[in-house]
Parts: sequence; structure tokens; C-alpha cells
Amino acid sequence: MEIKILGTGCPNCLTLEKKVRNVVNENSIDAKITMVKDILQIMSYNIMSTPALVIDEEVILKGRVPKDSELLALIKSKN
Amino acid sequence: MFDWIQNIADYIVYYIFSISEKSHLAKALNFFIYESVKIIILLVLVIFLMGIINSYFPVERVKNYLSQNKLYGFEYVTASLFGTVTPFCSCSSVPLFIGFVSGGIPLGVTFAFLITSPLVNEVAVGLFLGLFGFKTTSIYVISGILLGTISGIILQYFNLEKYLTSWVIEILKNARKEQEAYIKEKQSFKKRLPVIWYEALTIIKGILPYLLLGIALGGLMHGYIPKGFFEDFMGKDNWLAVPISTVLAVPMYSNASGILPVVQVFVDKGVPLGTAIAFMMAVVGLSLPEAMLLKKVMTWKLIGIFFGTVTICIIISGYLFNLIL
Repeated sequence: MEIKILGTGCPNCLTLEKKVRNVVNENSIDAKITMVKDILQIMSYNIMSTPALVIDEEVILKGRVPKDSELLALIKSKN
Repeated sequence: MFDWIQNIADYIVYYIFSISEKSHLAKALNFFIYESVKIIILLVLVIFLMGIINSYFPVERVKNYLSQNKLYGFEYVTASLFGTVTPFCSCSSVPLFIGFVSGGIPLGVTFAFLITSPLVNEVAVGLFLGLFGFKTTSIYVISGILLGTISGIILQYFNLEKYLTSWVIEILKNARKEQEAYIKEKQSFKKRLPVIWYEALTIIKGILPYLLLGIALGGLMHGYIPKGFFEDFMGKDNWLAVPISTVLAVPMYSNASGILPVVQVFVDKGVPLGTAIAFMMAVVGLSLPEAMLLKKVMTWKLIGIFFGTVTICIIISGYLFNLIL
């Protein structure tokens, strides 16, 4: 699956990226993770608060950084 | 209401550390313990409550409401009111701005939201309650809402659309009022609470070092600076105090949690409340990092007009407070 983290580079966005990478690695999930920093690309997902988590082009979460357990559940539910 | 915290602070300082009640050190330490515990409790409460409200009024819903309802001039104050319950992260200001503009919301209304959102945020309100009490907090919140409303109306009057960056002007041309309706999350209150609670704790953890440092500094100053110390050169008679403290505060980054406890000591030692409120509004509401982010959607000229208008409004409200308080 393809996971994208949308964020302009604020501390929360970086935290989310780190968390996603950790969760994916620890649970050996097969996923391609990219950080999207370009504002035009971010806006194309029609969100208004960052960071946002996009799995296979679907916005799963926006405006907050979830707990590891919640993050894992979200990723697994899309896998 | 908080007597019990005072008792704990007294007990720790006078009995456990057995420092004489009259010493500066005892006063400073007592202040530190009492203030930290009280402020943290109030912060947790306010952040949690605001989190609950926000979970039912997320910014997408606000946008749809403003975009689809005719409000006959009340859209500025409505946007400003919504701004108070939305948590603000400066990194969200650009997507937020674009979202509003593409929904056909007038620039002035967008500005009203953009001004009040950082100004009246959950951390600032919690700190204000803890440091200055309920009355001053209400004054701060109400004036924050008015400030956003009035600045928004003024900015709308200037027709500033041409000073947006070109790609935003492009978006403006294609702005549509009818966008996909906001889909309400159908989560039960019980399911939302743990998420909101976790968010609140994350926010507290993030600001805690600055907060404790601020209170410690405040505690030291509290014990060592004599009462009325600032009255001579920063009192109400000094008309320059308000503009100088406002202009000094604009470039400061919005770390309210470190600065507010220090400002509280200034007020305690004779700086008028209006001057202090103007200073804090400029610290919390306007910052250089925010200006850098807004550069992506606005030309420098527009950022200048935006910051200038808000700064002038803050200075005026500082004078007003000094007159009426």
C-alpha cells in the first residue's frame, strides 16, 4: 500500500512521519511511505488542517497526531 | 477554590524544606509550586473542554457554514467566534487560508478567522485563567473576538485580492460555494473522549518545559522585584509604553506558555493591564514564522497590511483597556 503524510514541515507533521515509519517497520507492513510537503499537492486532497495521513489516496486522518495503537489499527484496517 | 494547593505549597516550602517564611527564596519557591500546580490543572481543563467543542465543530464544518449561509454582515463575528474554538497550529494557516478562499468566503472574513484563531487559543485561555483570573480572561477573550471582527471588516474594505500570490488568485477565480457537504463523524461521545484526552496531554507535554521555565523566572522576579517597581517608567502616564511593547512583541514567536508567567509578574509590579494585554496579544497573535508561512499565499505587501492593521488594532485596544480598567 502507499502511505502519504501531508504536512508543510511543522513539528507535528514530522512527529507523524516518524510514528508512521516506526509502526510500519515494527509490524513489518509492506508500505511505501512518502512525505508530501508541496502545498499545491496537499491542497488537492481538500484538507484544511495538517498533518494528514493518506492511505492509497484516501484521507484517513487530519489535523492531529494519533497514538501508536490507533495508527496501527488505521493502517491495518486499510491493508 | 485553590486554597488546597496553597496549603500544599506552604507545607513543602516551610516544613519539608524548612525555609524561613520571610526569605526571598521561600517566597519564590512557594510562588513556583502554587502557580505551576494551579496553572497545569486549569490548562488541562481548558484544553480538554476546547477539544470537546472542536471535535463537534472542526474547521471543515466552519468553512461550509460560512460558505453556504448568508449572514448579512455577521459573518465577520461568526468567523471570529469559530476561530476561538479551533485550535491553531501556524503550520495549518496556509491550508486553512486556501480552504476558506476556495470556498468563496470573502478575504476579510477569512482574515477575521485567521486573527482570532491564534489569539484566543486553548493554551492562552488556560494560562490567562491561571495567571489573571476569570475577569481578565473574559476581557481578553471578548477583545480577541472584537479585534478579529474589526480587523477583518477593515481588511475587506481595502479590496486586497490583487495582493495575493498568483496561484491563489487563480483559485479565487474558481471558488465555488457549493462544495461537498461536511460529513459528520458518527462517533459516540464516549469514543471521542480518549482521543481528545490524548491530544490534551500531548499539548501539555509540549509546552510544559517552557511553562515551568516561565513560572520559575516569574517566581524569581516575584520574590526579588519590589512592588510598584515598573510604575515610574511603564505606568499609565507613559503613552509610549503600549505601542513600544506591542511592536516589540510582534516578532516574538508565539510561545505564550513561557512569556505569560513573566508578564503576570510585570502586572503585579505595576505595569498596567492594558499594556500587558496588548503585549500578549501581539506575542500570541502575530509572529514572524507565521509571516514566513503566509508568504506562500500572500505578497509581502499584503502581509505588511495584514500585520499592520492588526498591530494598530492591538495598540488601540491596549489604550482602551488602560482607560477603562
